[in-house]
Amino acid sequence: MKFYRSHILVGINETSLQAGVEEFLRSLRAELSKHNLQEEVNVLETGPLGFFGRGICLSVYPDNVNYQDVKLDDIPELVEEHFLKGRPVGRLMLDTLGKFTPKFDYQNRIVLRNSGLIDPESIDEYIGTGGYEAWEKVLTQMQPIEIVNEVKKSGLQGRGGAGFPAGVKWSFTAPIDAPQKYVVVNADEGEPGTFKDRLIMEGDPHQLLEGTMICARAVGATKAWIYIRGEYKLCIERLQNAINQCREYGIIGENIFDSGFDLDIEIKIGAGAYVCGEETALIESLEGNRGHPRWKPPFPGVEGLWKAPTVVNNVETLANVPYIIKEGADAYRKRGTPDSPGTKVYTILGDVAHPGLCEVDMGTTLRTIINEHGGGMKKGFRFKAALVGGAAGVFLPEARLDVSMDHSSLKEYAAVLGSGAILVINEHQSIVDILWSILKFFRHESCGKCAPCRNGCQQLYKLITKIKKGNGSMDDVELMLTIAETMFATSFCALGQSPVMVIRSAVEYFRDEFIAITNK
Amino acid sequence: MYTEICNKYTPEKHNLIQILHEIQDTHPQHYISAEAVKTVADYLGIAENHIYGVLTFYTMYSTTPRGKNIIRLCESPPCYIKGSQNILRKLKSMLDVQTGETTQDGLFTLELSACLGVCGNAPVMMINDDMYGDLTDERVEEIIEKIRRGNQ
Repeated sequence: MKFYRSHILVGINETSLQAGVEEFLRSLRAELSKHNLQEEVNVLETGPLGFFGRGICLSVYPDNVNYQDVKLDDIPELVEEHFLKGRPVGRLMLDTLGKFTPKFDYQNRIVLRNSGLIDPESIDEYIGTGGYEAWEKVLTQMQPIEIVNEVKKSGLQGRGGAGFPAGVKWSFTAPIDAPQKYVVVNADEGEPGTFKDRLIMEGDPHQLLEGTMICARAVGATKAWIYIRGEYKLCIERLQNAINQCREYGIIGENIFDSGFDLDIEIKIGAGAYVCGEETALIESLEGNRGHPRWKPPFPGVEGLWKAPTVVNNVETLANVPYIIKEGADAYRKRGTPDSPGTKVYTILGDVAHPGLCEVDMGTTLRTIINEHGGGMKKGFRFKAALVGGAAGVFLPEARLDVSMDHSSLKEYAAVLGSGAILVINEHQSIVDILWSILKFFRHESCGKCAPCRNGCQQLYKLITKIKKGNGSMDDVELMLTIAETMFATSFCALGQSPVMVIRSAVEYFRDEFIAITNK
Repeated sequence: MYTEICNKYTPEKHNLIQILHEIQDTHPQHYISAEAVKTVADYLGIAENHIYGVLTFYTMYSTTPRGKNIIRLCESPPCYIKGSQNILRKLKSMLDVQTGETTQDGLFTLELSACLGVCGNAPVMMINDDMYGDLTDERVEEIIEKIRRGNQ
């Protein structure tokens, strides 16, 4: 391997593509060559860098300097100052004060171990980091039942929101004797504020594919579908490229590694419906129907896609699997808490100094995540609340900042870990206003199948609009709670059961705001 | 043209959503016409009303003609708290349309969207396949003007 003095990691994502990163890369490489630095400084195109800067973002290793919003015109100065003279350009740095550097503890990552470090479009780079070793191991050294047991032992919980143990889910499908079984990857990420799955797929698509393959082998499925939302153009492109590479290398196909096992993976694109994140609605959509959830039981594990046994798993869940197989369930359990082992990927947004992506152990406190990974509050703003888990999540106030972020601890506060979105809200923002935006979202996304959700979401939106306009009373607030609780008890799927949590937390922790606005 | 697109897929119902995507994306007015629905129904051997059911369920599809550029502004909470309402006002006044309408010159259709998953750069909008983040009034002006110029 060639040795370079410095590496410039360039994040290729939706934002940087829009800012013209392709032309930028050409100019950067040309400028480096002009100074004869092409043998010393390596330019690497990679996925998410871990922070969400503006425009084109760069990370320089080993200097650990992060730049944002770098323009074509900045290239000569950047190359001359930083790479020729060794003086980082302060005005382009992510934090111009240089006081905060996002934590890049790559050694501690499982899901994001390659993200931002390798070229997501190259299968060779993935293999170079030990990729597809777990896949080879399950095909040549393990029985399907051993795979299921290992994942069960690891305690891996679903990372899509509900937190159901993945190994247990697999164990329902594995023993069924059926002519055809399926694995479906739920990449229909639609929870507002959540885009961890997008970044996992953009940054390291092969890891998701490897997890999917292992799952397919464990349950005996010969076909896997990745259901991905239509808006995620770059993910679709990268995953398709990764699948093509796997076919070419014989990593999927017929009689893989002479094991006698066949597997194919195909992508299906969604068309914009939040409810399709619900696994049975997703299956309906895959079959070419409206995304209406199905009655359960039978659960998809027994009767799913085209009535065949089907395992549906979230992207992040499957991306954990190669590590579990390679390093073993015991190694995995060393991370996180006994009840919720492993790590969790979060997107930190809103009024923090450095919105970004992080992967931390389950059980890390909300305070640590916001302060150490998000850089604390944005200068001049005070913390008011964090909306954790997106629209189907809860508001947590300052008094709850030390809550341990794992499934069982959050349950004590009637909160859920949900999708991994943390939206930080400052003291000037109105909880009533944000709740209005959330309930507007639910009204739009209710699929219309069952009456409690169809009518309930509509009524909730009417009431919150009335309250927001200052025409409501505390009776209206109580009525909202009653409606939401009724929806929780009677709705067909999780969508109609969700609004109660966010409304209850808003009213419980920020009652004063509701009193103030209804007394106007 | 619709038959050509259909022929790329096997005549199975599960290909419906992909076929509709391709028909809409390749149509200059970004919509699915009654004629297209009929062609697809015949090809897949399913009822036209099933296709209408699907078309009207998913937000990405349209059954009426739209502009050359579809603007989808995110209105979900992370963008909302970053001022997506101001961006919506700006877009409405610049384009002289209401939400869901198409400009007189047929160049733009203004729509709202649920979370686009680029919340790190909120507020965000998507124009056709491209994502635009960190929107301000000035940036919106720049983006719209650039597209307008490109169409002259």
